[in-house]
Amino acid sequence: MPTTLFDKLWELHEVAVLGDRECLIYTDRIFLHERTGSIALRGLEQAGRDVRAPGRVFCIMDHIVDTRPGRGDVTLVPHGREFIEATRHSASRAGIHLFDVNDPRQGIVHVAAAEHGIVLPGMSAVCPDSHTCTLGALGALAWGIGSTEAEHALATSTLRVSRPRSMRVNLRGETAPDVTAKDIILHLIARFGSQSGRGYAVEFAGPAIRALAMDGRFTICNMAVEMGAFTGLIAPDERTIAYVSSTKCAPAGPLADLAAAHWRELRSDEGAGFDLELEVDCAEISPSVTWGTNPEQLAPISGVVPDPDAFADPRKALAAREALTYMDLSAGTALSSIRIDAAFIGSCTNNRLGDLRAAANYLRGKKIAPWVQALCVPGSSAVKRAAEAEGLDRIFRAAGFEWREAGCSLCFHAGGESFGGKRVISSTNRNFQGRQGPGARTHLGSPQTVAASACQGYIRAAET
Amino acid sequence: MNEKVFHRGIAAPLPRPNIDTDAIIPSREIRRVSKEGLGEALFAGWRYLAADSREPEPDFILNKARYRGASILLAGENFGCGSSREHAVWALKDFGVKAIFAPSFGGIFFNNCALNGILAIELEEAKIRRLTEWVELAPRRHQLEIDLEARQIRWREGEAMRFGIEPARRALLLEGLDSIAATLRKKSAISAFEEADGKRRPWVYQLPDV
Ligand code: SF4
Repeated sequence: MPTTLFDKLWELHEVAVLGDRECLIYTDRIFLHERTGSIALRGLEQAGRDVRAPGRVFCIMDHIVDTRPGRGDVTLVPHGREFIEATRHSASRAGIHLFDVNDPRQGIVHVAAAEHGIVLPGMSAVCPDSHTCTLGALGALAWGIGSTEAEHALATSTLRVSRPRSMRVNLRGETAPDVTAKDIILHLIARFGSQSGRGYAVEFAGPAIRALAMDGRFTICNMAVEMGAFTGLIAPDERTIAYVSSTKCAPAGPLADLAAAHWRELRSDEGAGFDLELEVDCAEISPSVTWGTNPEQLAPISGVVPDPDAFADPRKALAAREALTYMDLSAGTALSSIRIDAAFIGSCTNNRLGDLRAAANYLRGKKIAPWVQALCVPGSSAVKRAAEAEGLDRIFRAAGFEWREAGCSLCFHAGGESFGGKRVISSTNRNFQGRQGPGARTHLGSPQTVAASACQGYIRAAET
Repeated sequence: MNEKVFHRGIAAPLPRPNIDTDAIIPSREIRRVSKEGLGEALFAGWRYLAADSREPEPDFILNKARYRGASILLAGENFGCGSSREHAVWALKDFGVKAIFAPSFGGIFFNNCALNGILAIELEEAKIRRLTEWVELAPRRHQLEIDLEARQIRWREGEAMRFGIEPARRALLLEGLDSIAATLRKKSAISAFEEADGKRRPWVYQLPDV
């Protein structure tokens, strides 16, 4: 019987059926970070339980580590040092892998997991972090969990999971040349809603997805959780196999061929049945930014802030009204007339080498507007080194951007560095109230859009 | 009566959709590697006049005298979306929230609730609206009774409203199982899986030399 990619991944990891939809699912890789992983490790210690397979658990310092040059354990996040020290201590006690603050392998957990080949197509991976779904771009079954669930996974190498339903989003046609992966996923969230993926594993398919480089595919799957999805998936193809084969942990020797043959099977068969299939015409997509406080509140950069009264759904109208109050915007305002105070290129959504190249390409020979504060934070130490080897850091610096060490940085506000009270154009994934600091007003867009907006001082698309 | 099975309390409406876990507990409020004492930080961004103060914002619903001591939330759709931080659930629990009704929940938050003994229950929006209208008339007198065993909410003159809940989730809430211990009893199934899987996908079990 033809089966979906998701069904194949699920069956590969099914240890036991526990109930109606509930299964015991094997977790091949477990990731932790100092913000939510520390508490899971401590909980396990307190319960007197061991980590079952420590060699397959990776803990990375990414969330509250400082990203200013010359960093150590000291961070601007109040009590941040405590989290770093507690995590280091628990990780070494548990005997798991630790990528510490200045380890060359350090990076945002979802970026590092992929670039070192720790997660490969067909594997299952979990982390107490909602953006774990990023790794679905490899054709891996990866999803975010809570800290208590992380304890369960650490202690048993399994999780009790209620089987999600399967959805496929088919992207028809080609995107315009100025449309990026970020514009695509923002469009899907806006078009179908921030809850459209609830209870589903969502496979993204179609020529526009195939045409994306790996970096863009990670961007797409990263924001599947912003559709409310259990996870996002993209079937591995030759591009995926080439990418993972070049990583440090790629299977070698005879295992390499065995693994590649297995990976080539990981796709939805012709005629496989999904619980839901959605279609999008790529011609509808244009460079866009959010105007509200949820990623679904989106408009083309060439457009205007919508009128809340125009929403047919009264809940959406209410949400739009509240969002506009918070964002200090009014209906009908041209997006390109919105002046920004800050620009941020970073986060597990958009700070891989391809993203930095795209932004630098725009910035070459340009300067940011004098009133704008701009930051570029590479997604991992490896991305940073690669970018520096190409001279991208010099382009960012010459344009007026700060060039940082790798980490989550200002993607979220933990009490330290803050965009509080500022209007920010940001390549991140969440524009929630206060996400980047108290009162910060976040507009989400692609790295290219952030670069262009930083230079013009107003929200702008990068001309191609 | 088992507290897990039955709860009676004041309900507070929070109808705004998409209340995310950053709103339930801002990250800056997570100051220790601990699950304890987070109730004070619940909804800190809305509940206090400024980010660095503890001066109550009088307009925030949970600060209003008529909702003091509320233990049930009547929430909007997609409640608890966003960040996976379980601190959101620990903060709700520490504050005294026992049950949350919403048309839908963020997936990770929904699981976190069950694992911490909070009843997160999906209920059609129209039903939540009816409950809200009734509660708002006199929140302290118009308390809700939740009976998990019977899967009912009792309100207005003993009227009952049914709600659905997955059997596994209900069992977890009713019995408060230690799911790690339960899974560890399946050790042999897990080992057998690894044995077979190790032949099928040997590269997964080779410890990566990063
Ligand atoms: S970069 Fe942002 S979204 Fe990604 S893991 Fe870090 S805090 Fe979360």
